[in-house]
Amino acid sequence: MEALGLLLYGFKVLLTWKTIALMLVGLTLGIFVGVLPGLGGPNGVAILLPLTFSMDPTSAIVMLSCIYWGALFGGAITSILFNIPGEAWSVATTFDGYPMAQKGQAAEALTAAFTSSFIGSLVAVLLITFLAPRIADFALRFGPPEFFAVYLLTFCSFVGLGKEEKHKTIISMAFGLLLAGIGMDTVSGQLRMTFGTNELLRGVNFLVAVIGLFGISEILLTMEERLALRGHSARISLKVVWSVWRDLPKYWATLLRSSAIGCWLGITPGGAIAASFMGYNIAKRMSKDKESFGTGRIEGVFAPETAAHASGTSALLPMLALGIPGSGTAAILLGGLMVWGLNPGPMLFVEHKEFVWGLIASMYLGNVVGLVMVLTTVPLFAAVLRVPFAAIAPMIVVSCAIGAFAIQNAMFDIWLMVLFGVVGYVFKKIGIPMAPLTLALVLGSRAEDSFRLSMIGAGGDLKVFWSNGLVGTITTLALVLLFWPLIARITAGLQKRSTPTP
Amino acid sequence: MSTPAGDEEDTSPALIGRRPVETATLAILLAFAALMAWDNWRTGITWESSGPRAGYFPFYVALILAGACLYGLGIEVIRRAQPDDIFVRRNQFKRVLQVLVPTLVFVPATQWLGLYVASFVLVAGFMVWVGRLKPWVSVVTALVFSVAMFVTFEVAFDVIMPKGPLEHLLGY
Repeated sequence: MEALGLLLYGFKVLLTWKTIALMLVGLTLGIFVGVLPGLGGPNGVAILLPLTFSMDPTSAIVMLSCIYWGALFGGAITSILFNIPGEAWSVATTFDGYPMAQKGQAAEALTAAFTSSFIGSLVAVLLITFLAPRIADFALRFGPPEFFAVYLLTFCSFVGLGKEEKHKTIISMAFGLLLAGIGMDTVSGQLRMTFGTNELLRGVNFLVAVIGLFGISEILLTMEERLALRGHSARISLKVVWSVWRDLPKYWATLLRSSAIGCWLGITPGGAIAASFMGYNIAKRMSKDKESFGTGRIEGVFAPETAAHASGTSALLPMLALGIPGSGTAAILLGGLMVWGLNPGPMLFVEHKEFVWGLIASMYLGNVVGLVMVLTTVPLFAAVLRVPFAAIAPMIVVSCAIGAFAIQNAMFDIWLMVLFGVVGYVFKKIGIPMAPLTLALVLGSRAEDSFRLSMIGAGGDLKVFWSNGLVGTITTLALVLLFWPLIARITAGLQKRSTPTP
Repeated sequence: MSTPAGDEEDTSPALIGRRPVETATLAILLAFAALMAWDNWRTGITWESSGPRAGYFPFYVALILAGACLYGLGIEVIRRAQPDDIFVRRNQFKRVLQVLVPTLVFVPATQWLGLYVASFVLVAGFMVWVGRLKPWVSVVTALVFSVAMFVTFEVAFDVIMPKGPLEHLLGY
């Protein structure tokens, strides 16, 4: 197996004292941001990204992905002990996790959550190990039209499959695409939408926007809601861990099903939230004892956590293989790749083997080390939640400012970050989704470039997007997904007409 | 959390409804789209021998944005008879301002005082005046935090931040 050999090579890249130390630092910071109210995966990664600017790409990505794992683990702590989901996809974990804590089984619930996160991520990482190189290999044959078709597919699936009102998704996406276009045009070198200002020459930096949209706006929202923290404390003993693990084989079907749901929804964009709910609902439907869900059943923790983490991890697959992030956090990691001068996409597997396989190996190692860390340090991190928010809020503001400034050493960027914080606050409150904006910001110029290159190649003929089987299929699929709500309504209407009502 | 308002359910009067905010946001985005469309039209939206000109792609994106905003505004007009939701309550907004205003002061302050001194002032001030925490706890926390940030970014990771008189005095 070629993948195994490369993976071993990845471990070799990884196993130095420096990287292991960075890994531990990353995990600690990650759990910390995961536990803090109002901060989660994408925010944590965005705020801590500047720490990695002066590192080499491999160390940087190892640290960042460990921050991400840590944040994922940390989110479960707040959901179970405090009934506050650290992330939208932890919401389903609170359904049974918090009742378990109320019944005095917090340790069991936490062990179940951590273990299932671990299993879900592991399945997804295995998938990445064996599938990503193949997809990348396949994608090496892609030209600009194919890439544009894939970008189009990503954008369209957000519009067609998203739960939000369609026009709001489109607004968010178009706004992001416009912001991404500000500055120097990469094809002709011409300036556009800068209105003669020097500050806008560089364009709107993706990471500055993300730090504002996620970090600052989250602080504003948390202040507004005034979280009253009334939590349970927990300490996990080896005995509890052992008793939960001994019962694991009983739940193999739930775990496997949730992993599969998670992997599938993770690869298609925007899936982690849907995955956790779907994992929970299907486990509930398949159960013989449906009524007991929501009263503190351990399965109700296993199912959503496995699915959420499988999906959160597999979201990295399209990012690595195609340069298309499957989640907000993956989009931020992608932004990081560009900062370190790497060009995300299939060429990464050819040009930067040590980076890709180091990252994949770090997913295995980070997960194992993370699991051990959270199991042993829960009481410590639960105590973080008792720190008054009045102390945490200004510290997060400072970290965000440091992050925004460090990217380009520009004061203007800090102002921009605050502006995006206010924009994010308003957008969230009126239901304009954030994920399409993030995606458009990070993919905007690449989508435009591939569009224009295909147009130049084809002499301006739109038929180029149907010029061969592959690109034609992707483009058609994209359009089907875009109009999916309409198509679904029409087919439902036809079915109603053809089947006589009883 | 220990904001002065206490722990009871928030029932303060609504400051503003969702509808006016949404309408205003859509109108601003529409104006933004119009401005961008105009600028791109000026840059050039036509084709030349080497393909579409620089303004082509963003021009059409701006049109899509404008269209979606108009659609959203249309919906708001149609639904105007329906009852509105609350966008933000007065006390809620007061708390939002409690963090937003200090942030707006903090940003220019980083230029005069340097980032680390400004953070010390922000953290300590926020803890004392907004959080009503004990002054000595606040000052010590803020000091530890600022020094830790300085050591992490400036010393360990070589990330350069705006500096003020204090850093110059220390020889950085």
